[in-house]
Amino acid sequence: MNPDRSSPQRLAVHRFRKRRGAVVGLVFLLLATAISGVGPVILGVDPNQGGDSPFAPPDARHWMGTDIHGRDLLARVLVGTRISLMVGAVGAAVSLVIGVGWGLVSGWRGGRTDAWMMRLVDVLYALPTVVWVMLALTLFETRCVGWLSERWPASIPALRLGAMMISLGSVSWLTMARVVRAQVLSLRERPFILAAQSIGVSPSRLMLRHLLPNLAGVVIVYLTLTVPAVVLYESFLSFLGLGVRPPQASLGSLIADGASQLNPVRVRWWLLMFPAGLMALLLGALNGVGEGLRSAFEPRDGA
Amino acid sequence: MKSLWARVALIPVLVWAVATLSFFLLRAVPGGPFDRERAAASREVEAALKARYHWDEPLWRQYLRYLGNLLQGDLGPSLKYRNHSVNDLLVQTVPVSLSLGAMAFGVAMGLGIPLGTLAALGRHRWADQAAGLLTLVGVCIPVFVLGPFLILVLGLWLEWLPVALWGHWKNAVLPTLTLGLYFAARISRWMREGLQEVLKSPHVQAARAKGLSESRVILRHAVPVALLPVVSYTGPMLADLLTGSFVVENVFQIPGTGAFFINSFFSRDYTMMMGMVLFYSVLLQGLNLVSDLLLRWLDPRIRP
Repeated sequence: MNPDRSSPQRLAVHRFRKRRGAVVGLVFLLLATAISGVGPVILGVDPNQGGDSPFAPPDARHWMGTDIHGRDLLARVLVGTRISLMVGAVGAAVSLVIGVGWGLVSGWRGGRTDAWMMRLVDVLYALPTVVWVMLALTLFETRCVGWLSERWPASIPALRLGAMMISLGSVSWLTMARVVRAQVLSLRERPFILAAQSIGVSPSRLMLRHLLPNLAGVVIVYLTLTVPAVVLYESFLSFLGLGVRPPQASLGSLIADGASQLNPVRVRWWLLMFPAGLMALLLGALNGVGEGLRSAFEPRDGA
Repeated sequence: MKSLWARVALIPVLVWAVATLSFFLLRAVPGGPFDRERAAASREVEAALKARYHWDEPLWRQYLRYLGNLLQGDLGPSLKYRNHSVNDLLVQTVPVSLSLGAMAFGVAMGLGIPLGTLAALGRHRWADQAAGLLTLVGVCIPVFVLGPFLILVLGLWLEWLPVALWGHWKNAVLPTLTLGLYFAARISRWMREGLQEVLKSPHVQAARAKGLSESRVILRHAVPVALLPVVSYTGPMLADLLTGSFVVENVFQIPGTGAFFINSFFSRDYTMMMGMVLFYSVLLQGLNLVSDLLLRWLDPRIRP
């Protein structure tokens, strides 16, 4: 490929494909999404259905063994992966909306508005944000669950998950806002923006048509860095028992189940190793893709 | 210096905002922590309980009472541990958590900075590979996986170290490693990238050109500059250290602040939760301020 005659997009794709970690990570993520999406259906095993052989080690029938209630671990790991990926995607999307909006307004308005908006971001940076997510979830448990259980009990697990995704997203937008603001500040003075302004393009059109496309690169890069962070937060909360509730499973709660079965008498390694290994692979893949996109959109050494 | 004073002045405002927000979020909830006892306790007992914790007053008076007590440094009584105040529990648990955090921080710095430096110099293959491996561990293996994993291998299979509780120095090894390794990975990476940049800069070339020994160029002229981004990253990193300590205290059953904090969520101990949220917010703001001060002291460009 001759780089001189390539479009910026093709150059970006080229740089991305040159990084092996990024390509392997992307393939793994696509596979994980597809398998956790359709796998439970093909497997045909109810992840919440207890069996008569608890703590069976991995064999031909249960590829990843069974847990304390005799439930098939493979089926639970598959639905757990699905929940973790979903939380990561939706949480990152929420952070995208807030972060880009905040950064756009702050960078575009400038002056005093900008100073106050960024001061708030600084303060939020130094707050234990996960603690606030815990508070929000407690609030949901005390206020909404009681109300819902009288009217529409079936919706509680889904809404609980939704509450978690939204609250995680709403504390993960700070870096995005900073990066977008910095980009807007530098774009604002560019000739093409001034030209658009001088021929009377409306502010909304200016933002959507001229600013946003030029922000896409940094936004994509930081979005891919937000996804693993949100996945990690969710697993952390579920690990502590504050996230998804049993019998629902996420990778974090499965790891917690496995860790709680650690004892000197009998080591049931499969309960810990399979979900933990998958978590590690998932995080590695997400970070690999993030790094690849970073080198694709923010080339530093010209390659 | 001006922005520093502005930030110090911001702390009381922050305390007020956090206290108000958490108070109304939690106290505005109908019912309360005594709901669960309604079946067991008689009406009189419930009324007495409510009176004791001033739960029978209108909300605005409870709020003013809370703020008033806060001004005197009193975070109120714990609702679960009936004979203790939140202050008591903090006094008992904070030393444990702080020593865990400080040791982990020490491991992170003591391992991360030398390893990152050696890797950046690019003369030792092993340092390069070790730094790469550490980064991989830091990226892929979260604290709540590393902890159980270390328990499984070092504690249960090899039986080298105890896996829970607190008191003997041996108890501290696994939790400190669990918490420290993750941050060592991040620090070694920042150090490596930072130093690689600095080594290309003109002032290092100038130092070399005037004939300084290589070790002096690196230790005296390059490393201090490369430390600056590391220090400025440690501020935000502390928030993650805190989050990690919740997990580590949970996994290793350490009687620290984090363990009580997580417990207060399950027992709906509202005053405890509010006190802890306040404590953590102030702690983090304070530590961030310290890292900023350190940065000012280290960096001649922003030294006042």
